[in-house]
Order: sequence, then C-alpha cells, then structure tokens
Amino acid sequence: MIVANGKPLEEIIGVVKDHRKILVAGCNECVTVCEVGGTKEVGILASALRLHFLNQGVEAQVGETTLQRQCDREYVVGARETVEPYEIVISIACGVGCQFMAEEYNKIPVVPGVDTSFMGGALERGVWSERCQGCGTCLLAKTAGICPVSRCAKRVLNGPCGGSTKGKCEISKDVDCAWQLIVDRLNSLGRMEDYEVLTPIKDWSTDRAGGPRKRIKEEVAS
Amino acid sequence: MRLNYPVNVRIIRVPCTGKVDILHILRAFEKGADGVYLVGCMEGSCFYEQGNLKARKRVEYAQRLLEQVGTGGDRVQMFNLTSGEAPKFAQFAREMTERIKTLGPNPAKLAGAASKGLAAGQAAERGAA
Repeated sequence: MIVANGKPLEEIIGVVKDHRKILVAGCNECVTVCEVGGTKEVGILASALRLHFLNQGVEAQVGETTLQRQCDREYVVGARETVEPYEIVISIACGVGCQFMAEEYNKIPVVPGVDTSFMGGALERGVWSERCQGCGTCLLAKTAGICPVSRCAKRVLNGPCGGSTKGKCEISKDVDCAWQLIVDRLNSLGRMEDYEVLTPIKDWSTDRAGGPRKRIKEEVAS
Repeated sequence: MRLNYPVNVRIIRVPCTGKVDILHILRAFEKGADGVYLVGCMEGSCFYEQGNLKARKRVEYAQRLLEQVGTGGDRVQMFNLTSGEAPKFAQFAREMTERIKTLGPNPAKLAGAASKGLAAGQAAERGAA
C-alpha cells in the first residue's frame, strides 16, 4: 500500500485559516489501511478544525467525505455534488488522490493534509515499513525476494557494502542490512551459488530517471 | 458509602474505557464540554486486556490535538482505579472539577459568546445610528 503521514495540524490550519467552507476528503484505500486518511481520520481532522474555528469565534463549515478511491476519476467525478459547495478541499489521500481531485475541480483549491511517504506494508499495527520504490524493473527473483533498491540505503545491487555490521546498516541500528537479509535467505533456500552471479548495471530509465511514467494496457484501454 | 462528588460531572457509562474513541472526546468539546476525563481500571487488570491502555493512548492523542487547536490539552485526563475505590472516584471528580475551574470554560464557548456579544454590540450601534 501507499503509506503516508499526517501533516502537522498547525500546517493545515495555516493553509485553510482564511476559508469558511472547508471539506476534508479521505480515501477508502491505502490511507485507510495505514490509518491516516480514512473515514476515521477525516472525522478527527474535521473535528479538530471545527474546534480551532470555534475557539477563534469564527463561524466555519467543515464538511467530511470519504471517496472510495481518490486515484480513480470515476469516484472523483462522482463526488461533484459534495465537493462543489466548498471553498477549499483538504485531501488526506495520497499525493495521487490529491492531484486527481485538483485536476477535476480546477476552480476549488485542493491541498494535501498528509505527506505521502512510500510503498510498504504493516509490520504490526501502527508500524509500516518500505518495501518497493517502483523502479520499473523488478529484481526480486535474483535477490531471494528481498529488494535491494528499496531496502538498501545505497541501492547496492551487488552487496553488502562495507557499512554492514552484525546484520544492520550503518545509517541506523534499527535498519536491517538488505544484503545481509538477501544472503541469509539465499542460504536458507540453498541458493548461495546465485550470490556469485553479478547483477549488471541496472537500466534506471524505467525508474523516475526516465521522467513521469505511464502504463497502457492495450487490451483494456479504449 | 453515599459519597458526594461535584454535580457538574456527567457520567457516560461504557463497557470499558477501550470503547472511548478520540472522536467521542473531540465531539464533547465541540458540543461545549469544559473537560473530559476517563476513569478506567488499573493498568494490567483490564478485563479486555488492553482497553485501558488503548484509552490512555487516545487520551494522550486528544491532549496533543486539543493543545494544538487552542482548547488546551489539560482539559482531558485519564484516571485509573479499582472497582472497590469509590472514595478515589469522588476524589478524581473533585480534582478534575478544580482543574477545570482553574482553566475556565471551554474557549469555544467564550469565543462564541464574545463574537455574539460583538455582533450584538455592532447591531446596537447601527440601531443607534
């Protein structure tokens, strides 16, 4: 899923303080699962904003809505009747959802209420960890299912580097060395001979280095 | 024991403090509550294992949010006792009431009254003109 962090309340208040009709828009997908942008968080942010305005003695209308997916035009367009009465929208979906909302409602400012961080999974409730950087050319088959692009600080493709100590990365004792994990897993799979095979220079043109990416699935695209 | 505690405290019964959501706390302030406190079982003796621990985390979250919006984090508090400690229950009610008296009313009510007062004053001025 896409993992995000809520923006500081002061920052959000600073952006919307001069508006009187504010819509907080959440998304039922990734940000709901990472507990930052679902119906619950929409309620909390809207309530906090209402309290802020009440404390200022300002009459402001703070509405709440949660779209099925903000990254899907079908649902974004479908929210028109809900969105248009408002002066500004705080999107607490990921950066994709926020942009899709902004593209559709070009007369209403759409501002982010979260900082979108990474693609990852939940280690336990409330703890998420990065697993993919969307580099466009997946190496996992060669690296025993552990990604050196997203999990190695240096993105080393033939590791580990000299900063690996007791299975941890030199950037932090809390960060596992991805290459230690890869070696351990190759070992347990009985595939240590694969470790001897050098990975050639990666084609980074499929990553962001090649500019914004678009994928077209011919068999379903109209 | 027929203990007395301040009459301004309104009790809302829940099966466990773990039932209390951050939204319940925030909406109480939106509706004009001057303070909210949770009284749960002692930590480590929750019938549902972690209900009171989750409640404490939510109270702490509410405190941070209320501090940021200007309501004041001290208006929310978590207390713990056992079911046999009625005097402590009354003591918590007094403690919290004293704290709220020191802090004054919910700022939302004061601001609302002030803006209405200002509007009324302006209307009176227009009337006089």
